[in-house]
Parts: sequence; structure tokens; C-alpha cells
Amino acid sequence: MNILAMNWRRFRESQALYAFLRDPVAIGSFTILVVLTLVSFLAPWTAQHNVYDTATLELLDAHTPPAWLDQGLERYPLGTDDQGRDLFSSIIFGMRTSLLIGLGAVALQAFLGICIGLISGYTGGRLDTLLMRVADVQLSFSTLMVAIFISAIFEAVLGVGFFERYAVLLLVVIIGLAEWPQYARTVRASVLAEKKKEYVEAARVIGLPASRIMWRQILPNALSPVLVISTVQVANAIMSEAALSFLGLGMPVTQPSLGSLIKSGFTYIFSGSWWITLFPGITLVTLILVINLLGDWLRDYLNPKLYKHM
Amino acid sequence: MTRLEQPIAVCRTCCEGYEFVNRLLDVNNLEVTFAKRAGKFQAVRGVSFSLDKGEHLGLVGESGAGKSITGFSIINLISKPGYISKGNILFEGRDLAKLSLEEMRRIRGDRIAMIFQDPMMTLNPVLTIGTQMIETVLAHRRVSRAEARDISVERINRVRISSPERRLKQYPHEFSGGMRQRIVIAISLLTDPALIIADEPTTALDVTIQAEIMELLLDLCTSRQMGLVLITHDLAVVSQITQRIAVMYAGLIVETGPTAEVIATPRHPYTRGLINALPQTRHGEKRLRQIPGVMPGLRNLPAGCAFHPRCEQCRDICITTQPERRTLACGVQVACHLVEE
Repeated sequence: MNILAMNWRRFRESQALYAFLRDPVAIGSFTILVVLTLVSFLAPWTAQHNVYDTATLELLDAHTPPAWLDQGLERYPLGTDDQGRDLFSSIIFGMRTSLLIGLGAVALQAFLGICIGLISGYTGGRLDTLLMRVADVQLSFSTLMVAIFISAIFEAVLGVGFFERYAVLLLVVIIGLAEWPQYARTVRASVLAEKKKEYVEAARVIGLPASRIMWRQILPNALSPVLVISTVQVANAIMSEAALSFLGLGMPVTQPSLGSLIKSGFTYIFSGSWWITLFPGITLVTLILVINLLGDWLRDYLNPKLYKHM
Repeated sequence: MTRLEQPIAVCRTCCEGYEFVNRLLDVNNLEVTFAKRAGKFQAVRGVSFSLDKGEHLGLVGESGAGKSITGFSIINLISKPGYISKGNILFEGRDLAKLSLEEMRRIRGDRIAMIFQDPMMTLNPVLTIGTQMIETVLAHRRVSRAEARDISVERINRVRISSPERRLKQYPHEFSGGMRQRIVIAISLLTDPALIIADEPTTALDVTIQAEIMELLLDLCTSRQMGLVLITHDLAVVSQITQRIAVMYAGLIVETGPTAEVIATPRHPYTRGLINALPQTRHGEKRLRQIPGVMPGLRNLPAGCAFHPRCEQCRDICITTQPERRTLACGVQVACHLVEE
């Protein structure tokens, strides 16, 4: 209990909290992000309809406009899609899927990127050249292209049925594999900067093994750019997922994500059902904007040399 | 098998007539070469010295004389373009210049510890003191975390810092400069090394704290029978705490011997210059006496004695031939043509 109280006090008196509370944009985006995250992860309770349960769908209600329009129904506040699913519930469930994929993909990217960047930067020499050229080659393709490539291979090898069943997991792997080079480069750059510092020399003098120097001494010092890039990468991963789903390579229609919702509505946008695309689109934009704004704040906070408001 | 044979072989060849049991470190004809694109040059050009158990040696000289590189070469940690090109470093009967990376890593920080100039730079800024100390113990000893912690607490006590338990949870920035250097010393003591190499340990500190740290270091080394190689340009410190001194100039030891003897009657003109350059208030002098000129770059060393362009007593022979190191009756070794037998 005592430790908890002490940590709480340390947090309350910290510079991070002080800076955060004086930045309205940061507070605003943090609040929105928390609300969106909570609502989506509590989807089974916050959504009126379970969109995974096809038995509750009423095809007759398909293409119902939002509630405030003429033909709108009270039951469907944002209208329904072409299957008669409640759009509001679909968005909540879809956002959960998108966030899960985003966080999962970033965890994978971070793992790969940190390992590769750390080894590459610390070891140097040929291994460094090799790993960084691999990263360069991959970066010279657009990440979306790499993702499409990998997912096409997965679909061909594993079969469409398998792919649809494990779509979330596979998308995490696909996006994770497609975007690790950004991480690896960032980590490598800060490892190179840290490596020259005297404490690393001192650690070698003490006789610590190389792996310990890398993970315990250098990595904690190289973490702040990793934190910043992580927030931006979550937004990127969510966008990649949306883009893949929009192209029909991502989440199947039965398991909505924001991308697949936009896609399913896109077909009907000119026949009048604009809401199926618009509302998931707005949600996606809000989510990504909020995450990016938070990332910006974090970067400004962690890098005091960049004074924006001088 | 080699482990047993080596010390005996060493004993016969280099330590003849000397009590081998007491010998801790023997550096023989050490050369450190830096291979750069512009060509190779030697930063250390054949340095020999030895150290007994519990003995304190002062390594003095101007910046760039090769003192620090000599220190680093003992633990075989010279940064990349540099390497030990000749000579051997016998420590506890093993030649450190020939050990594998892993064997060397085990010795570093275990049997030989090193203390640097700036304690702010050598401690990891984002880890607590406790983490850094425990990591060090765990890298060398098969003990549990709790035991490693106990060892750390004991060492912090030994460097006379109060409430060690609390200190372990603090970060380096929470300490003052002198305290930080104490922590660095405590870290170097963790494994009870036989030899401590201190590379200008007090240069970055306040004058008032310098004395404290020096005294602490001296006490610890004396009470634990640890050998100390003190690299510094502070002759005053060296004269007070070391038994022997080695004066380096342009990668060579120009004079070495018992500290008291060398300081009282310096034979080499360079040593004399260094001692004269110390500020002295007694004689009421207005100006400091300095050695004219600067040390030559290691790439274009002058022929003959490297010191001759700056030497006031330079003769013809000094320009042409490099002086050999000779041992005088009083135990001092000098490399100078002017010194009479």
C-alpha cells in the first residue's frame, strides 16, 4: 500500500502530468481516445445489437437511414447497412477490431524492430549493413504494397476459410511484418548515439556481457523515440488495416472493422445510403487524429529542445 | 594445463630474482598501434612497468602522452582502429594481451576495475544505482539478487555513504559530483578486484572534494591490499599517495622510480620541467614556469629523443639517437643521454 501511495504521489508531482494538464489539445484528445477505447472494448455491453450474431439481423431493415431522417427508426440511431445491421453497433464492434489489430501489429513491429535495431546498432559491421539493407529494400516498397503481398501469400497458402477465421491474428502479423523497418531504423539511430556515451564504455569496463549492455543499459536510454513512434505507428497500423479491408484483403464482412464497414458502404454511396460509409469514416478519422495528436504531444514533451510555442 | 604452466614460465623469464608471489602486474614492452587510413602510428611505444600487490603507481604526463591508452590496454579495451601490436601484459600470471574476448570480459570488472574521470558520464542515467550495482555483481558472481543487493549495501557503506538502502533506489542525478564518484568507487569494489586503474578520478570534481575522494581511494586500496594505477597529471597527488611513479612523454616512459626519489631529484629534463611548472607560492614568483613548446603529434615524432625540441639542454646526440632506458643505483630508471651513470 505504501509503495502504491508513493508511486501515486510521484505521478501526481511529475513533470509529465504538469505539462499534460496545461495542454488543452492533449487533454481533449486523451479524453476522446479513452472514451472511444472504453466504449469499443466494452462492445458487448455498450452496443445494442450483437453484430456477430446473424440471427438478430433483419434484412427488411437494410438501408434504414439515420434516426433523425424521415424514414429513420429509433432502434437504429445511425441507420443500418445493406445487411440490416445496426450501424452504431457495427462501428463499436468495428472499432474494437481496428484497435486490437493496431495495438497487436505495433506490439509485433516493436518487438521485431527493437531486436533488429538494437543488434544492428550495437554490433555494427557487416551484420548491421545486412539488416539495414533489408530494411531499406522493404522501405522502398510502400508498406501497403508489402502488406498486400504478404496477405496474398497468406490467403493462397492457408486458404480463404482459414484466413477469415483468423483474420485478426493474420492482419496483426501482416501489418507487423510490413512496418518493422521504421522501428528498426529509429532504434538503431538512437542506439548509435547512446553507444558512444561513456556509461556504455564503463559497462564494458565492468565486464558486463554484450547482451546485458544492449538490453539493460542502452535500451532504456533509447526508449523515448520508441514511445513516440509507437503512438504514430498505432495510427498507421489502423489505417493500414482499414486500407487492406477496403481493398477486400482485410477483415471479412461478417466481422466488421472500420475499414470493412467503409468498404461495404462504398458500393451504395451513389444509391443514397451514404451513412454506411460516412459514419465509420468519421470514426476512423477521429481515432487516428486523436492518436496522432497525442503522439505529437508526447514528442514535444520528451524532446524539450523542440519548443513549438516560443 | 596451460594455466599451471604459464606462471612458472613467466617466473623464470621476466621476474628473475624477484619475489613472484608479490608481483601483480607486469607490462613488458607494450606497443599500441592505431591503424588509420593516413597510416599507422603508435600511441604507446614500448612501455614497461610492474606493480606489486597493494602497490600504488602514479602514471603522469601531459595530455596525449599515452597514459590513458596504457590504462585501457591493461584491460584490453582500446577502441577500434587501435590494437596492442607488441609486448605482453602479465596479470596474476596470465597474459592479458592474448586472452579471448570472453576470458577478458570475466577479468574486467572482476579482478581489474577501472574508475573514470567524470562520474556523471559513467553512470547510466536511467537506471537506479541499485540496478547498476546488482547487474555488476550478477555479471561476475553466481549469487541471488538478494545476495547481490547485500553486497552492494556493504560496498556503499565502505565508501562512507549513509543510508545505503535508500541510496540504492536513487538515480545518478540525485547525487552530487563527489557522491557520484564514491558510488563509482563502490561499484569498482563490488567484486574485490586485485587492481584498480583510476583514470584521473578527481579531475571533474571540486578541489575540496578531490582530497576526500583521493583519501578514500587510498584507504580502500591500502586496507584491502589492492594495487592502484593512478593516471593523472596532478604531481601533487601522485607524490602524496603513490610509492612509485612513471612519467610518460610521447608514448614512452621517460623516468620511473620510487616517488619520493623522483620528486626530490628529478633526472629527466621533462620531469624537472613538470615539477617546476607546479605553482609555488613560497618563492614569491610572479610567473609560472612552463615547458616551452607543445608535445609533438604522434604521427610526426622527431628523430632521436622525442623531447629534444623542447629540451633546454639539448645536445647533438639527442637529435640523432633515441636514449635507452638505464637503471641508476638509486633504483630510478631514466631515458636521457644527459644522465650520468
